[in-house]
Amino acid sequence: MDILELNNISKIYGSVKALQNVNLTVTQGEWVAIMGPSGSGKTTMMNIIGCMDRPSSGEIYLNSKNITRLSLADLTTIRRDTIGLVFQQFHLISYLTALENVMMAQYYHSIIDEAEAIQALARVGLSDRAQHLPRQLSGGEQQRVCIARALINYPQLILADEPTGNLDEVNEAVVLDLFKQLHDEGSTIIVVTHDPEVAEYAQKTIVLEHGRISKIM
Amino acid sequence: MRNSNRIFMVKMLLNSLLRRRSRIAVALIGIAIGATVLLGMITLCYDVPRQLGQEFRSYGANMIFMPAGRATSLSLDDVNLALALLPAEKILGATVYRYASARINLQPLTAAGTDFTQAAQTSPFWKIDGRLPSQDNEILIGADVAELTQLAPGMSALVSGRNKNRVGFNRPMLISGIVSSGGAEDGFIFMNMPAMESLQGNSGEADMVELSLTANEEELGNIAAAINGSMINIKAQLVKRITRSEASVLSKLESLVYLVTAVVLLLTMICVATTMMTIVMERRKEIGLKKAIGADSKNVGREFLAEGLIMGITGGLIGSVCGLIFAQLISDSVFARSINIEIYLIPLTLIISGIVTVLACLVPARRAMDVEPSVVLRGE
Ligand SMILES: Nc1ncnc2c1ncn2[C@@H]1O[C@H](COP(=O)(O)OP(=O)(O)OP(=O)(O)O)[C@@H](O)[C@H]1O
Ligand SMILES: [Mg+2]
Repeated sequence: MDILELNNISKIYGSVKALQNVNLTVTQGEWVAIMGPSGSGKTTMMNIIGCMDRPSSGEIYLNSKNITRLSLADLTTIRRDTIGLVFQQFHLISYLTALENVMMAQYYHSIIDEAEAIQALARVGLSDRAQHLPRQLSGGEQQRVCIARALINYPQLILADEPTGNLDEVNEAVVLDLFKQLHDEGSTIIVVTHDPEVAEYAQKTIVLEHGRISKIM
Repeated sequence: MRNSNRIFMVKMLLNSLLRRRSRIAVALIGIAIGATVLLGMITLCYDVPRQLGQEFRSYGANMIFMPAGRATSLSLDDVNLALALLPAEKILGATVYRYASARINLQPLTAAGTDFTQAAQTSPFWKIDGRLPSQDNEILIGADVAELTQLAPGMSALVSGRNKNRVGFNRPMLISGIVSSGGAEDGFIFMNMPAMESLQGNSGEADMVELSLTANEEELGNIAAAINGSMINIKAQLVKRITRSEASVLSKLESLVYLVTAVVLLLTMICVATTMMTIVMERRKEIGLKKAIGADSKNVGREFLAEGLIMGITGGLIGSVCGLIFAQLISDSVFARSINIEIYLIPLTLIISGIVTVLACLVPARRAMDVEPSVVLRGE
């Protein structure tokens, strides 16, 4: 079953055509990698898939529902319920502990559940770091907190923009291993990466160039 | 369950404020200063009229009682009934005078019997050379009388005359002091009421009562009307000149204080609004992140205003303490008196600083709500 379908999507910023007539379908449980040079439109595409931005033209379907013309508030609801996000720069809230950062996602989603949040941290190997602030954590640990936060609400679709871009090899392996586990459990994953080794894990790799898909592998 | 969410959010807000103290310090100081001025000014506004009422009153009585209708004198019983109609805390002084014609060393003049402790309240402008009479055989003579008769404190003089029953009196008395007031009193001699009563051969009568009341012109009018309405033999009258200028000075002062307070609150609002605006700019990423992980604009706006409210109340609390100190200092140095602390003004200050801060946060909150979640994925 298709979880995501991009149909002739374009995104235009003034005179910059960040995406041009992109077509893509992602099936449930698939792992897709998006590659391409800087400025080719990868983040733009992630923003549109992640319901954080709307295309200039084209249609986008999530779970067979056309979400192209939904209001920002409706998009927020969909994002909250179906999508987990992992970022290159970790993006944790600096004044909250690891545990509180995870619980924040529960709070906005529905109801906080500390035990479950601790479990999520344990799953990424950080149960002993729950009470630490982000600045007391290493880059790899911060990224694992991000992953715990992304999966706390059982999203159908995990989007990660360069999740290993700021990590050393050891931490990269830990993070990729986590993704692999999630994938094995049935999560759909879309990862933006520069690293061919990361793309190796994916079942399908898309290469963007100047806002167009130049290759699907 | 919803409750646990609320507690969590309050904790997060406190964390946000506590773990970033230096960021919000400027706004907090602004609010505290605003609240200081607010409470200080309101306290002064409330207290100064009271203080000034007392100060102005040192320029004399602001009400007198006189015999009304056919009565030629006041009965002390009536006077006491009339005084009982007044709120006791408003009476700074009430001085009963009884007048009689007399001669001193054969010089004709007006003699007055009174209570000198009360007179000191209603005529604080009296300048006494020597001292006030303390015994019944002592008199205080006006400056003009002293000049005319060449009498001085320590000397004795013969007070003579006839009472109402045409019985003559002739009594040597000791001059305890000379009073100069610049008014009619300078031509009088004064003695204790019992001395006067013994000269006159009867007691329980008076000719005039001077009152010094802590009240504005409107209140004075109401008091006079109340007395005139219920006492047949007493006519209460305002001493106009003083009360009117008092009222206008007070109202001008009050509007000045309100104006200053309004300006300071406006400045507080601007300070808070600009600080919060800067904070929104600094926190764009964080706000975007909250949205990316599921917050909607309402969540963001609410949290922002709640932070504002907490800051407003905290600032208000700090300001209240400072405001009371500030009001006390001003009152001390300007009026040499301590202020009355009105406890209910503290919650009022907290509420006002809360409202002012939340108002100041409205525009920044709007800005925060408009932040798009896509800023998170985009580099700086
Ligand atoms: N808000 C915006 N306004 C104008 N132009 C934009 C905006 N966002 C992106 N762009 C442009 O769109 C193009 C695609 O940007 P995008 O961020 O998607 O690239 P990317 O593939 O993620 O690059 P990188 O690998 O460097 O992250 C770029 O030319 C960029 O300058
Ligand atoms: Mg990018």
